[in-house]
Amino acid sequence: MNAPTLPAPLTFSAYKSAYKPIWCPGCGDYSVLSSVTKALAKVQVPPHEVVVVSGIGCSSRIPAYTTCYGFHGVHGRALAAGTGLKVARPDLTVVVAGGDGDGYSIGGNHFLHACRRNVDLTYLVMDNHVYGMTKGQASPTTEPDWDNKLSPGGTGVRSFHPLVIALASGANFVARAFAGDPNGTADIIAQAIRHPGFSFVEILSPCVTFRPEQKEWKKLAHPSPVAPTDDAARAARRIMTDDGFNIGVLYAGDRPVYRSSTGKAKLTPADLEAEFLL
Amino acid sequence: MVQASVQQAGQVKARDAAIGISIALAGSGGSGVMTAGTLLLDAAAKAGLYGLMVRTSGPQIRGGEAAALVRLARVPIDSLDDGFDLLLAIDWQNVNRFADEIPLTAASLMIGDPDEGEPPEVFKASGARYVALPFKKTAKAIAGSWTNMVALGVAGSLAGIPAAALEAALSDSWKRGDEALQANLAALRAGIESAAGIDGMPKLAAGAAAAAKRWQISGNEAAGYGAIRGGIRFVAAYPITPATELLEWMAPALVKVGGTLLQAEDELASVNMAIGASYGGVPSLTATAGPGLALMAEGIGLAVTAEVPIVVVDVMRGGPSTGIPAKSEQSDLSFAVSGLHGDAPRLVVAPTSIADCIAATQWAVHLAEALQSPVIVLSDQFMGQSRAIIDRPDDAGYVAARLTAAADTPDYKRYRNTGSGVSPMAIPGTKGVVYTADGLEHTEAGIPSSQSRDHATQLDKRERKLAQHDYGRYWADIEGEGDAAVITFGSTTAAVREAVARARALGVDVRLIALRLLAPAQPAALAAALEAVARVLVVEQNHGGQLYRYLRSMYDLPGKPASFHRPGPLPLRPGELTTAIVEWAGTGPLGGISV
Repeated sequence: MNAPTLPAPLTFSAYKSAYKPIWCPGCGDYSVLSSVTKALAKVQVPPHEVVVVSGIGCSSRIPAYTTCYGFHGVHGRALAAGTGLKVARPDLTVVVAGGDGDGYSIGGNHFLHACRRNVDLTYLVMDNHVYGMTKGQASPTTEPDWDNKLSPGGTGVRSFHPLVIALASGANFVARAFAGDPNGTADIIAQAIRHPGFSFVEILSPCVTFRPEQKEWKKLAHPSPVAPTDDAARAARRIMTDDGFNIGVLYAGDRPVYRSSTGKAKLTPADLEAEFLL
Repeated sequence: MVQASVQQAGQVKARDAAIGISIALAGSGGSGVMTAGTLLLDAAAKAGLYGLMVRTSGPQIRGGEAAALVRLARVPIDSLDDGFDLLLAIDWQNVNRFADEIPLTAASLMIGDPDEGEPPEVFKASGARYVALPFKKTAKAIAGSWTNMVALGVAGSLAGIPAAALEAALSDSWKRGDEALQANLAALRAGIESAAGIDGMPKLAAGAAAAAKRWQISGNEAAGYGAIRGGIRFVAAYPITPATELLEWMAPALVKVGGTLLQAEDELASVNMAIGASYGGVPSLTATAGPGLALMAEGIGLAVTAEVPIVVVDVMRGGPSTGIPAKSEQSDLSFAVSGLHGDAPRLVVAPTSIADCIAATQWAVHLAEALQSPVIVLSDQFMGQSRAIIDRPDDAGYVAARLTAAADTPDYKRYRNTGSGVSPMAIPGTKGVVYTADGLEHTEAGIPSSQSRDHATQLDKRERKLAQHDYGRYWADIEGEGDAAVITFGSTTAAVREAVARARALGVDVRLIALRLLAPAQPAALAAALEAVARVLVVEQNHGGQLYRYLRSMYDLPGKPASFHRPGPLPLRPGELTTAIVEWAGTGPLGGISV
């Protein structure tokens, strides 16, 4: 008897669509797109069983640049849409992606609750510390003294620490990646997709147009010197004391994953009549 | 006009089987009036009667004043009468706050516990007769019994409900031990006995049999059940008065039928969760009230543009802003029909009764799925939180049937400009028809586009699919004859229907048109319904005459259209509407009532 013929494994190019991204030359998001396709090739889930969900912003254009199903919704609500989708369709692989303004400012509340709800999905934030699509305003991760038209002299407001917030809110997997290392980023995203529950990957993705100084990030980024921990307290201490360029999986926990009751019908709608009957 | 209308509410018309009797059970929170009211309704059903129980309470969450407003009749009933035959107060703590909601006349009866003090002046001023009965002492004499069961015995007996029906209602609903049941059955009988000497209350003859086939249901439960019948299997929920019970009913029910209810962090999340789930191919719903609907507006616009079916049930309450959360008003109509940015065609459906909450919500699911569009269902606090005895409704048969794309469809375009405007939707997991759903304007293939021709094509497509659909006969309830027509919607329909019947008894024939499909407007269908009608009166419960203004903007109405509108929270009463209809119909072709 012949051995069954296995289909050829999917390569990263199977996940890349024909559309040319509308991103500035040099944008870190090109590299993240490449990492996403490589990560999906590592996981070997067919493109039509993956949904890439996003909100609004430069990085939120990513769904159409893949060959996966895409959902390009409204600003800040990508995690909500992704959560509804995954709970209703647990069979699908759901990757939610977007930027720092979309995820941490207008979508900040959804970020907190997605972390604590721990639905099995992956959240990628391409963080460039700026609103790029609206041409250069401060985001929650922007340094307080960064001068810009909307906040001359800087906002004076302390920047947000997404990794600490994610950990404190209950995310089950917390990692930092750097767009300048596409293979390393692909590896982290693949781990995030495979990890049960809510997996959060903060990806430092430079905006060379409005934050040209971020070109220096490639000199600052360095691999995390230690292995991931499942101890949230230890992870918190590391994240709060590192230099912000410590790249790798920083926390991988085993909190209970949100359980959907979808698909397990015990009764028909007509059976429900009994409770109204006199 | 508003004050005059409230004054007229006290008039009690000649009694018949349809008008039935009206009983208010009042007391402070925890006194058990809602339980007594529900059991009274159950007992009436066992006696072959129909009934309605409207809940009203003070702003407190626990411990405030509360009243169960019960109307029993020999025909199905969906509105309160003009006044009450009986006000039974277990105590009088703040019950005076219900004076406007519980109109009494000299023909009414008040029963109170003398140990709880005298009835408030505001009730005494009606001239209603007062009878003192010591509910608490009676209950205390029977170890383990509750005061509200004595009250139930009194009210049930005065209504003419047989003792056996009252006892059966209590026994059937009892979930505690037998000893306590026996004690409360004794309290119930003591209540029945203590009412024996009281006369002057109209009594209802027992109704026809077939009580076994009847249901007791609230509008919120009915909407939830209709949603599940229609095929809803995902609900995202954020608690809000008065929609919470709809969501709470659906939570365990969905689990039983293989669906899920997810509690969201806010309404922005809940509407987007519903859209995400529906994009995944699962019919989805969220329910809210005005403040939540306002927050959902952007998401509903996304559902319009991305063509994702969702149902949003708005259980309306007094607005704007926080408004009057626990009381009813039909004031979200303007927002529902026009409150989205951009040119955003959407469907708006309003149930016309508690029973109709089932079929109308089921229809909403069907329409959302068939037309790949958001549907707003306008219920309200009055019908949502009231309980009614209804005949078992047949399954209206409306089901979710979405046009989906088959795997590997050649040259698949998600937003193809089809003749009907509805284009096959690829469901994630289907091979060879991958696309990106987008809130950005897009080409037929779903690629973002800011070109005028793509925008025009997609705007036309989204409008056409709603405009060309055949909504059938269910779009409105059209009843009666006459050259004048009263147009209304939602929970107000029942009071208008009753007023139209009373006007007919007075020799004034008018047609009733209760619109179930509020958007898109149906000019041809309404023109047919208005054939030979010379003028219309629009009746609604809000301050701005929202339906009146909407109809005038969307339809050619005959004559000089008149408007009768009053804001919540007091329900529109059949008596005041009868007066309005008779006066209006009698003042010539131009009508006598202005906006």
